[in-house]
Amino acid sequence: MNSVLVVIVLLALTVVAYQLGLARSRKLERASVKSLVSGAADRLHSRPSYHGWLAVLRAAVPALFVYIAWSIFGDQIIGSLVLAQIPADQLPSDPLQQKVLLQKLNNLATGFGIVGDALPFEQEAAAYMAKVSAQGNAVAFAVMAASAALGLFWSWKNTGYQTRARNEVERAIQIGLIICSAVAIFTTVGIVLSMLGEAIEFFKVVNPADFFFGTVWNPAFATSGAGSTDGFGMLPLLAGTLLISAIAMAVAIPIGLMSAIFMAEYASAATRAWAKPVIEILAGIPTIVYGFFALVTVGPFLVDLGNVLGIDIRATSALTAGLVMGIMIIPFISSLSDDIITQVPRAMRDGSLALGATKSETTVKVVLPAALPGIVGAILLAVSRAIGETMIVVLAAGNSPVLTANPFEAVSTVTVSIVNQLTGDQDFSSAQSLVAFALGLTLFVMTLVLNVVALVVVRRYREQYE
Amino acid sequence: MSTETLTPNVAEKPSTLPSSMDPNSFASKSGEDKTQGAVKIHAKDVCVYYSENKALHEVSLDIHTNEVMAFIGPSGCGKSTFLRCMNRMNDTVAGARVTGLIAVDKQDIYDPSLDVVLLRAQVGMVFQKPNPFPKSIYENIAYGPRLHGLVSSSGELDEIVESSLRKAGIWDEVKDRLDAPGTGLSGGQQQRLCIARAIAVSPDIILMDEPCSALDPIATARIEELIHELKANYTIVIVTHNMQQAARVADRTAFFHLGHLIEVGPTDQIFINPKEQRTEDYVTGRYG
Amino acid sequence: MNNPSAAATSSSTFKGYRAIEQKVKGSLNGRKRAESRFVIFGIGAVTVAVSLVFILFASVISKGFPAFWQTQIELDIYFSPEVVQVELPPVESNFESPAEYVNSRQKWVNSLGFVNFNALMVDAVAKHIPEAADSPRSAIALITSGERFALRDYVAEDPSIIGKTVRLSLLTDANVDVWLKGNIDRSLPDEQQQLSATTRQWADQLYEKGVIKNKFSTALFMNPDSRSSLAAAGLAGAFMGSLFMMIIVILLAVPIGVASAIYLEEFAPKNKWTDLIEVNINNLAAVPSIVFGLLGAAVFILWFKLPLSAPVVGGLVLTLMTLPTVIIATRSTLKAIPPSIREGAMAVGASKVQAITDHVLPLALPGILTATIIGVAQALGETAPLLLIGMSAFVASIPSTPFDQATALPVQIYLWQGNELRNFFEGRTSAAIMVLLGLLLTLNSIAVVLRKKLETRW
Repeated sequence: MNSVLVVIVLLALTVVAYQLGLARSRKLERASVKSLVSGAADRLHSRPSYHGWLAVLRAAVPALFVYIAWSIFGDQIIGSLVLAQIPADQLPSDPLQQKVLLQKLNNLATGFGIVGDALPFEQEAAAYMAKVSAQGNAVAFAVMAASAALGLFWSWKNTGYQTRARNEVERAIQIGLIICSAVAIFTTVGIVLSMLGEAIEFFKVVNPADFFFGTVWNPAFATSGAGSTDGFGMLPLLAGTLLISAIAMAVAIPIGLMSAIFMAEYASAATRAWAKPVIEILAGIPTIVYGFFALVTVGPFLVDLGNVLGIDIRATSALTAGLVMGIMIIPFISSLSDDIITQVPRAMRDGSLALGATKSETTVKVVLPAALPGIVGAILLAVSRAIGETMIVVLAAGNSPVLTANPFEAVSTVTVSIVNQLTGDQDFSSAQSLVAFALGLTLFVMTLVLNVVALVVVRRYREQYE
Repeated sequence: MSTETLTPNVAEKPSTLPSSMDPNSFASKSGEDKTQGAVKIHAKDVCVYYSENKALHEVSLDIHTNEVMAFIGPSGCGKSTFLRCMNRMNDTVAGARVTGLIAVDKQDIYDPSLDVVLLRAQVGMVFQKPNPFPKSIYENIAYGPRLHGLVSSSGELDEIVESSLRKAGIWDEVKDRLDAPGTGLSGGQQQRLCIARAIAVSPDIILMDEPCSALDPIATARIEELIHELKANYTIVIVTHNMQQAARVADRTAFFHLGHLIEVGPTDQIFINPKEQRTEDYVTGRYG
Repeated sequence: MNNPSAAATSSSTFKGYRAIEQKVKGSLNGRKRAESRFVIFGIGAVTVAVSLVFILFASVISKGFPAFWQTQIELDIYFSPEVVQVELPPVESNFESPAEYVNSRQKWVNSLGFVNFNALMVDAVAKHIPEAADSPRSAIALITSGERFALRDYVAEDPSIIGKTVRLSLLTDANVDVWLKGNIDRSLPDEQQQLSATTRQWADQLYEKGVIKNKFSTALFMNPDSRSSLAAAGLAGAFMGSLFMMIIVILLAVPIGVASAIYLEEFAPKNKWTDLIEVNINNLAAVPSIVFGLLGAAVFILWFKLPLSAPVVGGLVLTLMTLPTVIIATRSTLKAIPPSIREGAMAVGASKVQAITDHVLPLALPGILTATIIGVAQALGETAPLLLIGMSAFVASIPSTPFDQATALPVQIYLWQGNELRNFFEGRTSAAIMVLLGLLLTLNSIAVVLRKKLETRW
């Protein structure tokens, strides 16, 4: 069916239904006004506009559902009907080829034409397809019309003084809201289930113990089908992830925390006014830009630095990626810590100052211990961010999944490997691709645990002061 | 800075202090013999500005050693502001400016060569709402002495903690749970803890900013009793909203109104026979 | 007091104080030094953080700014009838079905492609450098390979041009751009140079004569990506892809997010289920973006069988990523509106839904708007999830519908930075980054301005 036409028809239906509902209830309202003295029974419960919307709900919405169902499933239904008609010897077995055939038949059926001549069975099938499509569309349209008419009729009949149109409409609205809220739940469920499904497929082929405790990561490139199942150990990846995150936190915590302390306790309002937004800019820069910066500027700089100091630093190494990731995380820690530190009550600071403590002593001995749970929570969230970061490590960490503690060498991380495994030319159902889901699941669980712990810690801290 | 600098500093400076610093002359000036001795805090023409707003107008006042002085007056009259001048807590308020002279033990506390840390060790403060640190009771008390390096061994520290808690009248209640968090005590106990904390650094002067306003009557009575006991060893200045409290605890009372010091004198005199009309209006409850 | 005896009398009262004072003063210097160290540390940290911002921007801008100008060669191309020999184009009315006509036309355009447009270009170069006619290969190396298709398209557009001379500005080869801008060391020996010595010499000559000029590169903005004709690689395809995705994000994430927030904030009972939902949403906001990419790959590509690398899939994935941000921001906007507003409405008999639609929502609109803009800005810069749904493939055309294959701005940056022709693409990538950052800066500034203008203080 021509979708534009359908949309127009649906809109028209909406308008008609609304007007009908409106008209009917207005008639009642006029009648009721005349007999105001008779009491509540003759007063219209809901305003006419609600009656109008109720009519729309009852008429247009069922029609809409029929249309959506037909759009989603219609092509499949027609497709399978047509394929069933084709003689078995002419029918290609590969689903991809079937799809191509159906497309060709569609071109024939709609008169767009194909290049060259059609085989006789194809012409027959195309004719059948045209017939079936027309019939299907007609049926769908009829069902839509019928449901709309029924809805309108029901609505018309039921418009009375006591019809609680407004309540019905509001209930429908609430249901709509609930459905929208459910989307967030479905997302999480979807994430877990989809990754779990594929990961389970993976673990059928590769032993989980080998995966979680193996120290060699070298997914052998195999043709589709049986491949080597060695080399799926993720420990080198985990080590790389942790090494880079550690470097990043070593950079971000001192700079971020001290900046937050300075801006919360010492800086003048004027300084705060420009320094804070400038540091926030770091938070808005896309990670691909950081990755590029690491690759093109920081990497060569570190190589030069290494030459000066006599250390062999690679241009793409854990250090390069870790440093730049640390830069990216600074605003995270700085702004969260700033909020937490300013939440510490002033009375506490005053108490310490009144005893003769200097400002730094007050900050270090009273304010920070009071803010500690919140700051720990912020750090955990930052670690979670660091672990899940992809683009910086893809570009700047080198691509060497080796178990090492040397920050000057190239490493690989969980996230890099996910990208590598899914952007190659592998068959989507081979172990090489499925391992990406197993890695993803591991990553999801790690960050989930960190996030939940951080949330609990910060919540407990907030309760202290509220 | 060595200890000698305090006295020679005062001696070398051209004296801006009036001759009325002589204890004898002061007694004769006030006419009443309730004074406890030398002037501990001397204030002259003190003004406080918050940005452009003048909060305190030319306040001149003397507070004597080992007396309890109460500041009374309606809300917003500047009594807390003046109190906070005496240990320079107004420095922590952005945009606050103090002019005039405030001298503690004849030392101008706004003198640039004076370290405010030193001053605050000498002039302790207790706040309106009890503010114990989120540390154990022991650590709350030990904080001050440790900070200033007043003790050299943990034995000495234990002694100071115990004696401070005793002086604050709370030792018996907490001696078995010194490691419990200070925030776990009741309101009245917390306030006494804060008093103990202030005492631990051996100040001479304790400033109290409406210390009982957040407490129930029993806790209030306890604190007032404490003030009586502490008077022997400390000079106490207490800001209070509650005139009856001033009448109960204070030797001398100062009445503030709209940033001006209206009248100061022995408590009896302020309440029974005030010299100013505005004082009389306030103490008789004509306005609040 | 000047009187020493008076001082002596008073000192007896202060004996205890003196003792303590002595102790305190001893440690005071150390403490004051510690204070200064602390302050210096603090200033240092802020300075480092701020300078990092500047270093980053300086690095990107210094590399990217020159790349907005590209060397182009201005030639008078004579469309010689001997060279451009081609039949008349097919006419639509002659054919039975649209498919046949499209097919024929495509064949005709392809046949045009066999025309030796390179010869036309060499002749045009020879007008300035006569030796060029003798070594056509060195001459054609000056111009990027895609320009002969540009000439073909020119003729296909308007066949009447055959026999005429037209002055065209053509993109030079990427290596010419690199050579003339000094992005390659001129002293390197011939084996390490990308262009032959002759070509380099001619390039310098033509530049001096003003035939080759450094002009603002519209190709960067108007062209789709290209692998064969590197100098012509542009951001247009990525723009459209990102645009489609952002539209999808706005159309989906905002209604769903706002609806969820309204339900959770206004209607949902406070029990452990709603608590679970809240924890869930907070967690989703912190899930690594690559996990969303995996979700997109598994659900949208594998299960729903949506087309690989299409903006529709990217848009859906980005919507799911932006949803938690919109929900959380809208909830805090709703929380900030005082209950007195709702109570006032209900006190005159409005139902809860009416109170929200008529009173609360209009007040929340500014907050929702800024949250949307910030959410879109975040989604615009995401790369990792898009790589997993197939956008890492090279796409040479501009998508015309959200279902066509496409790429996105950040993905394009990723693809370009990996190009072997580092000297050329480092600059071009930096220029693309500047474009992306410019867009983000604009969006964020709009959000900040809107927030300031529309903010109500309760």
